[in-house]
Amino acid sequence: MATARKAVADSRANLPFVYRHYSQEQLKQVLHKMYLIRRFEEGAEECYMRGLIHGTMHLSIGQEASAMGICMPLAEDDQITSTHRGHGHCIAKGAEVSRMFAEFFGKTTGYCKGRGGSMHIADVAKGNLGANGIVAGGIPIAVGAALSAKRMKTGKVVVSFFGDGANNEGAFHEALNMAAIWKLPVIFVCENNGYGMSTSTARSTAVKNIAERAAAYAMPGVIVNGNIFSEVAEASFKAVERARAGEGPTLIESKTYRHRGHSKSDRNRYRTKEEIEDWMANRDPITLFETELRDFGFIDDQGIQAIRDAVAKEIADGIEFAKASPAPEIATLEDYVYTEHA
Amino acid sequence: MDIAVRELSYAQAIQEAMAIAMDMDERVFLMGEDIGVYGGAFQVTGDLVERYGADRVIDTPISELGGAGVAVGAAVTGMRPIFEFQFSDFATLGMEQIVNQAAKMRFMLGGEVSVPLVMRFPAGSGTGAAAQHSQSLEAWLGHVPGLKVIQPATPHDAKGMLLAAVADPDPVMIFEHKLLYKMKGHVPEGHYTVPIGKAEIRREGRDLTIVATSIMVQKALDAAAALEGEGIDIEVVDLRTIRPIDRQTVIASVKKTSRLLCVYEAVKTLGIGAEVSAMVAESEAFDYLDAPIVRLGGAETPIPYNPDLEKATVPQVADIIAAARDLVKGVR
Ligand SMILES: Cc1ncc(C[n+]2csc(CCOP(=O)(O)OP(=O)(O)O)c2C)c(N)n1
Ligand SMILES: [Mg+2]
Repeated sequence: MATARKAVADSRANLPFVYRHYSQEQLKQVLHKMYLIRRFEEGAEECYMRGLIHGTMHLSIGQEASAMGICMPLAEDDQITSTHRGHGHCIAKGAEVSRMFAEFFGKTTGYCKGRGGSMHIADVAKGNLGANGIVAGGIPIAVGAALSAKRMKTGKVVVSFFGDGANNEGAFHEALNMAAIWKLPVIFVCENNGYGMSTSTARSTAVKNIAERAAAYAMPGVIVNGNIFSEVAEASFKAVERARAGEGPTLIESKTYRHRGHSKSDRNRYRTKEEIEDWMANRDPITLFETELRDFGFIDDQGIQAIRDAVAKEIADGIEFAKASPAPEIATLEDYVYTEHA
Repeated sequence: MDIAVRELSYAQAIQEAMAIAMDMDERVFLMGEDIGVYGGAFQVTGDLVERYGADRVIDTPISELGGAGVAVGAAVTGMRPIFEFQFSDFATLGMEQIVNQAAKMRFMLGGEVSVPLVMRFPAGSGTGAAAQHSQSLEAWLGHVPGLKVIQPATPHDAKGMLLAAVADPDPVMIFEHKLLYKMKGHVPEGHYTVPIGKAEIRREGRDLTIVATSIMVQKALDAAAALEGEGIDIEVVDLRTIRPIDRQTVIASVKKTSRLLCVYEAVKTLGIGAEVSAMVAESEAFDYLDAPIVRLGGAETPIPYNPDLEKATVPQVADIIAAARDLVKGVR
């Protein structure tokens, strides 16, 4: 099987999208970042268990190919809005894990200076306009950012990430409609992981596929397997091209699965152990991509090990950086509420 | 020599301010429902679409939540939107974006962004529009750190404060009483600003301080004029901004007059009157008080349709006269 795939790889022409569009080095970087997201969240989870991080967090473990695939064709100054499950988006858009850990630890060196935490994590300098604690809260904001891009002719494209649960909020519908009537350069990315907390899409959503909602707003609705990096990246690439050409928005439904519970309070009563194990064993996005890379001859076992080792070090260093960073002074409590005048 | 003073209506003053803001800064644009060829529900935008085009005077669908969010997104990415809610009551539909997003974005992101957003809210009763088109919800927004909330009471201030709002790096919410739109007054030509966060003493007096907002400023002035004949000398403070509130001006005035009456149209309890009263009671002005603080606010009811009931819902000049007289004469 592996040799058969290798033969295909040698001809290149019939390879999946990303192998035709990106260099070997770029693809190895993708694997690196997918591991970085996974290990970051595992590290954060462990710190949480050990009481080093308070509050709660929403892990995207199992959804890494979706975040990476969507961000693959984006330029550094393209923008995204993200969600409560936004660690992957943040890393995929270029954030450093050290400053993310620092934020989770509530330190001044964190991206939000300890004011935002997991649920508002963002590296604004890398075009991330923020994770969001409000389901669907970022969708109209992305449309506004796209309006800016169009009016100021910056050529930027904006991606709005949201979950399946958000597709039943009014903000989703209002935002898609406005993006369509004004032909704005925005891409709506629904990461459908099957559930909004405990409520399955079958119970919450009248249409079978969320991509079908696109028809109501006269935009393309695309369904991709969100656990296959190349499929996601290809859909994103096309949507970005369309947006940059001034042809308007696209709705991408990226079908995926979260391995962990909704948040730290989840007892997983609404889904079976078998279901979770099936996704983990048979459709893990990192395993799928790594296997493909190896089979196509883009990486060998040694290369994979090198990536894993580098990521482990980055994570350990990041946690050390966070621990060693200073906590904010209580006297700065009211900073950043308003813009300080010079 | 009398220089003919130029008079504009409150609505015209706002329109002029928006035109000046758009002339001065390419990034400024208007968004709202039916603000284009229709001219806005209260003709505040009027014919601006003819001068600035549909790209800068944008008719939105009837989507208050989405529209507010688009304005937030545009503001945070470099534009300077002025967003009109058709009626302030519809703020309830946009509340998520105003309260959770616009107000907190800078804070949540550790100061990495600013949200230079202006939102305009035609507010208040007196038009027979009944319970869902007549509310005064400014205190709702005044409760939210991150927002600035203003209530200009004159055409002069309507223009100057809007221009200050557009220049402000943070979200500014402007509550405009609908009955003020036709009020005429002197409005200077060209660009000028009236600072946000500064109250204005509209009339100096010795016996009583009336702190009033929006349309109640004129009513308080009318009441003060009526009481002059009785030898009662009233100071009227136009609060103008409810967040951030101008403590200094209010406290200094109460120290001078030793009596405080708060007058506002919004429902009396848990409102701006409570805030001003508490602010004074907590301050050094407390020791100067010769009488209990009195609040005159809206009745504890939705705004009714019947015109007599509607009038009875909010403080009128006669109510202010009676309350002021009682306070000064020591009846209370
Ligand atoms: C407006 C709003 N309603 C409810 C919640 C509570 N809540 C947080 S996440 C969530 C589920 C969201 O599901 P989905 O959009 O599918 O995203 P996922 O968690 O699956 O990534 C809920 C109900 C919220 N944060 N905001
Ligand atoms: Mg979900």
